[in-house]
Amino acid sequence: MSALSPKSGSPADCAVTEGHVGLPVLDPPPTAAPDTGKTKNGEWQPYIVGFACNWCTYAGADLAGLSRMQYPPNMRLVRVPCSGRVNPQFVLRAFQKGADAVLVAGCHPGDCHYGTGNYFTRRRFLLMQRLLTFMGVDPRRFQARWISGSEAPKFRDVVTELTEQVRPLGPNRLWREVEP
Amino acid sequence: MKRIGVFVCHCGSNIAHTVDCKQVADEAAAMPGVVHAQEYKYMCSEPGQVLIQEAVKEHNLDGYVVTACSPRMHETTFRKCAGRCGLNPYMVEQVNIREHCSWVHADKEAGTEKAIDLMRMGVAKVLKNEPLKAATIPMTKRALVIGAGIAGIQAALDIADNGFPVTLLDREHSIGGRMAQIDKTFPTLDCSACILTPKMVEVAQHPNVELMTYAEVESVGGFIGSFDVTIRKKARYVDTKRCTGCGACIQKCPSKVPSEFEMEMGPRKSIYVPFPQAVPNKPVIDAPHCRYLQTGKCGICKKICPTDAIRFDDQDEVVTERFGTIVVATGYQQFDISAYEEYGGGRIPDVITGMHLERLLNASGPTSGKIKRPSDGKEPKNIVFIKCVGSRDEAKNRPYCSKTCCMYVAKQATLLKEKLPASKSYIFYMDVRTGGKNYEEFYRRTQVDYDGHYIRGRVSKIFQVGDRLIVRGDDSLLGRPVEIEADLVVLAAGMDPQHDARELARTLGIAYDAHGWYTEAHPKLKPVETQTGGIFLAGACQGPKDIPDSVAQGSAAAVKASALLTKTELTGEPMIAQCNEAMCSGCGLCVTICPYKAITRQPKQERIHGKMRERMVSTINSGLCQGCGACTVACPSSAMNMGGFSDEQIMAEVDALCQR
Repeated sequence: MSALSPKSGSPADCAVTEGHVGLPVLDPPPTAAPDTGKTKNGEWQPYIVGFACNWCTYAGADLAGLSRMQYPPNMRLVRVPCSGRVNPQFVLRAFQKGADAVLVAGCHPGDCHYGTGNYFTRRRFLLMQRLLTFMGVDPRRFQARWISGSEAPKFRDVVTELTEQVRPLGPNRLWREVEP
Repeated sequence: MKRIGVFVCHCGSNIAHTVDCKQVADEAAAMPGVVHAQEYKYMCSEPGQVLIQEAVKEHNLDGYVVTACSPRMHETTFRKCAGRCGLNPYMVEQVNIREHCSWVHADKEAGTEKAIDLMRMGVAKVLKNEPLKAATIPMTKRALVIGAGIAGIQAALDIADNGFPVTLLDREHSIGGRMAQIDKTFPTLDCSACILTPKMVEVAQHPNVELMTYAEVESVGGFIGSFDVTIRKKARYVDTKRCTGCGACIQKCPSKVPSEFEMEMGPRKSIYVPFPQAVPNKPVIDAPHCRYLQTGKCGICKKICPTDAIRFDDQDEVVTERFGTIVVATGYQQFDISAYEEYGGGRIPDVITGMHLERLLNASGPTSGKIKRPSDGKEPKNIVFIKCVGSRDEAKNRPYCSKTCCMYVAKQATLLKEKLPASKSYIFYMDVRTGGKNYEEFYRRTQVDYDGHYIRGRVSKIFQVGDRLIVRGDDSLLGRPVEIEADLVVLAAGMDPQHDARELARTLGIAYDAHGWYTEAHPKLKPVETQTGGIFLAGACQGPKDIPDSVAQGSAAAVKASALLTKTELTGEPMIAQCNEAMCSGCGLCVTICPYKAITRQPKQERIHGKMRERMVSTINSGLCQGCGACTVACPSSAMNMGGFSDEQIMAEVDALCQR
């Protein structure tokens, strides 16, 4: 996967990319009897992979734990030093291996521990979402969020919302079926 | 295959309550590569760590996973534990099944299921871990302080007192900075020179301090521990070794120039010291105004000099020296009042700034301390102060408060009343901000005991009628316009960053804000550090500050710098970028994306088909890299990777999470 690294433009030239960008839904409609994902009491559960930057979102998730906030157990967080470390390859791999949704989360723009990492994330995310949509993935399955170390309630809400948004989409069968 | 151990912590009942730890351990034991899996009540406790160490020896483990609390909590604990039993500390991964699992999910079945997934992720990652070793960086035991105002002097003195050599650099030819120009200091009315000059002498005579005045930083290379700083020592035309500072040349010099130190209200000579207590107290020749250097005629100073110290052929000297750490204390400059056209700043001679008034008040100033207004030398009777000129004004792009003006106006009104008991001071203000020890009390005294007349409102216009100034403004408390006939108007000009602050910041590789103030690493918890390791901030270069704050910050920066200087070598961060030179195409994408300038393209010699060829490859400076991983994603050839968070490790984690 080649890099999608923008070379020019100030951080302000790009709107904050909360949520999806309103592209058409291209996923196949959910089937009555999904064949992937874990089931609980016979009900299909979405399986979400999250990439969290060590300094903000991972800390925010820790705080959610310390505050004993409850959220659905559907997401598994992968710790990365910075959201800018998330190679588009990792996202593709997660979808390829059957993740129903992927979240990339980092510090708020301007608050990156490394100064500029999340600006690159922001631009890569926009491009990635377009690419995935082109490939037939519903944009709701791939989202980016800025969650600071003190925003535990936001982390809880993001996980809850994402789970509920993905649930009606059903399992991600697009690539699992072509896998050998 | 590596031999991996998995240790499942109960954290008392914190984890065990919603996660079936035995099931996690059993699932782990069944995984390929895992040769030992164990659960225990408190893994981080002493017996827990002993248990890990014994298991490492007994099962000859290559690495292990601890499923416990957040790695932000105990990663260091478990890494050190590995170090104690001879394992590389970076062969350890900690998986978070407390904050991210047991505490947030009440359902034990779902919690256990998630904990097992996370444990698998940890095992998959640790299978790909490589031993990492931190590079060591040698420490040059010498500090550079840029800017010799009060903040820089304090920083240099404290570093020197800690026993380290320090070079104190200033572009002016005397140290002292802005504080040397100030007459008295609030709130105690100490004479500024009386408290500053002893410090100037102390720093000049300190055996650990090297003064480098009339010199500027040209470029900075290297990184924490070994900054290579190129310094231009400007031509002084006076041999400081021979010069005794007798001052004969100054007396005889025929050319007079307005003195910058006196805010151009008094003359100086072309060969001069800026003020009598200057350190070093040896003159320099101001080349653009020297008759001999401009026309070749004169040379009186050379003839009169008893020690033959004048060198008309002197040249700038450029030196490169190595320092371990840098303190930046470049201070501020006064806001240029000519931006306020309606106040006639710079156009009407009797509209002056706070610093002008300081010099008029000063006993060694151009008027020997007598208050004479610049236009005709008359004693002013009505004096109007206007605050927030170049502060708190969005229209002039100065939204910030300059912090010192409220207090210096109160001080100047007090001093004027003492010197001219018949005078009256009118002070136009927006708010009076007197945060500081004994500041509010001082402001009250100015109002009550010194007859300072405070008017809340802005001034709209100042114009001359005869020899008087009409100040037209608005009293927003009474809700009506006011007009005052004044003899002298003092604009409380705010603080601006130095005009070349941005250039110096780029030279040093430190951050600055929209106005040009240098940015600290954290607004609360790292007030003197910069984002660049080994470079610290002191004084008003970081934002408007009064003298006590500048001194405090100078000392704080000195402590930080000294703490570095006590070390003979620094331990680098081992989890940093790594470049596979065989794959690197030398495109340089990583060079531009790196926020720390840690990557450079360097030539590499290679033998290809029997011929020596040279090609460019990226080289990472382990002293500068902070391990953000931005370059790894930018690299089109996948040559860039990162220790501890390698592509292979993260990919393995993703695979382990998804393949269930």
